[in-house]
Amino acid sequence: MDCRVRLAQVDPTLGDVNANLKSHLEVIERARADGIELLVFPELSLTGYFLKDQTFEVALDLDAPPLNALCEQSRDISIVAGFVERGPDNRMYNSLALFEDGEIRHIHRKVHLVTYGMFEESRDLAAGEEFVVAESKYGRIGLLTCEDAWHVDGAYLYFLDGVDALIICSAGPGRGVTAGNGELASNRTWRTLQDALSLFFRTWVLYCNRVGWEDGVLFAGHSRIVDPDGCPLNEELGLDTGLLDGELSRARLERARVATPLRRDERPWILARALARRVGLTESEA
Amino acid sequence: MTHLDIDPALVTDILIRFLRAEAGKFGFSKAVLGLSGGIDSAVSCALSARAFGPENVLAVMMPYRTSSADSLSDAEAVINMTGVRGMRFDISSMVDGYLDPAQVEDRLRRGNVMARSRMIVLYDQSAAERALVIGTSNKTELLLGYSTQWGDSASALNPLGDLYKHQVYQLAEHLDLPASVREKAPSADLFAGQSDEQELGFSYEEADQILVRLVDRRWREEELVAAGFSSELTTRIVQRIVMNQYKRLPPIVAKLSERTVGWDFRYLRSWRH
Repeated sequence: MDCRVRLAQVDPTLGDVNANLKSHLEVIERARADGIELLVFPELSLTGYFLKDQTFEVALDLDAPPLNALCEQSRDISIVAGFVERGPDNRMYNSLALFEDGEIRHIHRKVHLVTYGMFEESRDLAAGEEFVVAESKYGRIGLLTCEDAWHVDGAYLYFLDGVDALIICSAGPGRGVTAGNGELASNRTWRTLQDALSLFFRTWVLYCNRVGWEDGVLFAGHSRIVDPDGCPLNEELGLDTGLLDGELSRARLERARVATPLRRDERPWILARALARRVGLTESEA
Repeated sequence: MTHLDIDPALVTDILIRFLRAEAGKFGFSKAVLGLSGGIDSAVSCALSARAFGPENVLAVMMPYRTSSADSLSDAEAVINMTGVRGMRFDISSMVDGYLDPAQVEDRLRRGNVMARSRMIVLYDQSAAERALVIGTSNKTELLLGYSTQWGDSASALNPLGDLYKHQVYQLAEHLDLPASVREKAPSADLFAGQSDEQELGFSYEEADQILVRLVDRRWREEELVAAGFSSELTTRIVQRIVMNQYKRLPPIVAKLSERTVGWDFRYLRSWRH
């Protein structure tokens, strides 16, 4: 993967798809002018996050005009953006789409909906069932939507499938103001997780979080890019809207994997056998 | 103390962002708040001044004829320090206009009428100013229900609602508020010599130590007692939290239809904003 990437740390308006599409188009225009090849928006970037009863109202069929508009834009720049997808049977999904060469190249439906504490996604949304690599012309991408990154299965499956980058799109609220950290506890936790994913799976990790407020909840930004050795590529963003650019080089990825060939030495059948035993399958069925 | 201590610079930054963003979303860039001379309203005032600029903040002092003179001078010190616009409105005639003919003697009722009269003034001034009323109720007060419903608890935006009293003091120090405000005993000042801690029967520091464990860390009562906290005080605090849940929620609506405000008509205030 050799790619000029940009993370767009935006502040969507809750439940106003047209307003959000307009701001997406402005960001896309600027990215195109700046020579960006892959532009990433956060989770639910077209809709905002705490949708509750708006979930159904803002849901889009895959041929809906706002998604067509992004397809059109993607003829010369690849785009990842988030929206509520209206699937078959009127199920709604928290989806990410990769728009490339004028079409929707890939859809990732959030697998691990978050329904505890302040979150209630499972009430309004159906869960995705699989982690499938997004095959971009720039490389193989593993898309994770926020909570998907907190369960090891998605990143691990992408690792087995040899992705070049994990892209985590997020609407992560900021929490934890205890003395002594100098920052929100949630930002520190996310950073630890991103670094760990990079170290476990020797891959680029791109974290694109949103900012702004919804009824007193701060979305805590701090979008960042981690290289395949677990080190930040450059300075992460803060709590304001902003853009973070990075050059993802194939050479850097290869060097990291030669130096630490974790994927080569992984033996997934050990896990497969153990899982098969746990769910009561015979080895041949597994 | 480690359970309660906050990073006051971080909290200040976040609360300034909160005030600007949540007001700005609805087209507001000005604030009105009641300034009592106490610590909570002083902190709200200082945060509002930083968020909106002091010229866009109206701090209203609303003494009743029995209010302490110190309260006024402390409020004035906060106005001078923050540079906000000050306004003094004596609520005595407004309050007595009701209390006298209605022959209200009970202290609690009289105090509630004063608190609600102040709310009337603030909301009217906010309409005149095209401003939002900024709240001054902290987390300790919200949990204990130590406030007048539709009175001092009323506001459009409350920057202090997730800060315990202990943390409000830390913020006041960081914001460099006048020592007289930070050091005096907390009082609702609804009658002469009133003291919050005397009325509650425990100190804010004791309450905060218990509340942070019960609420934030989800300890059970038995765990608090095992850790050396008074069983009697813990039980009283739990009872207060439960008993005052009504103050923290909108009125109960009788559900009749398929979709009812408060139950299954679910939208944030930020709806399309």
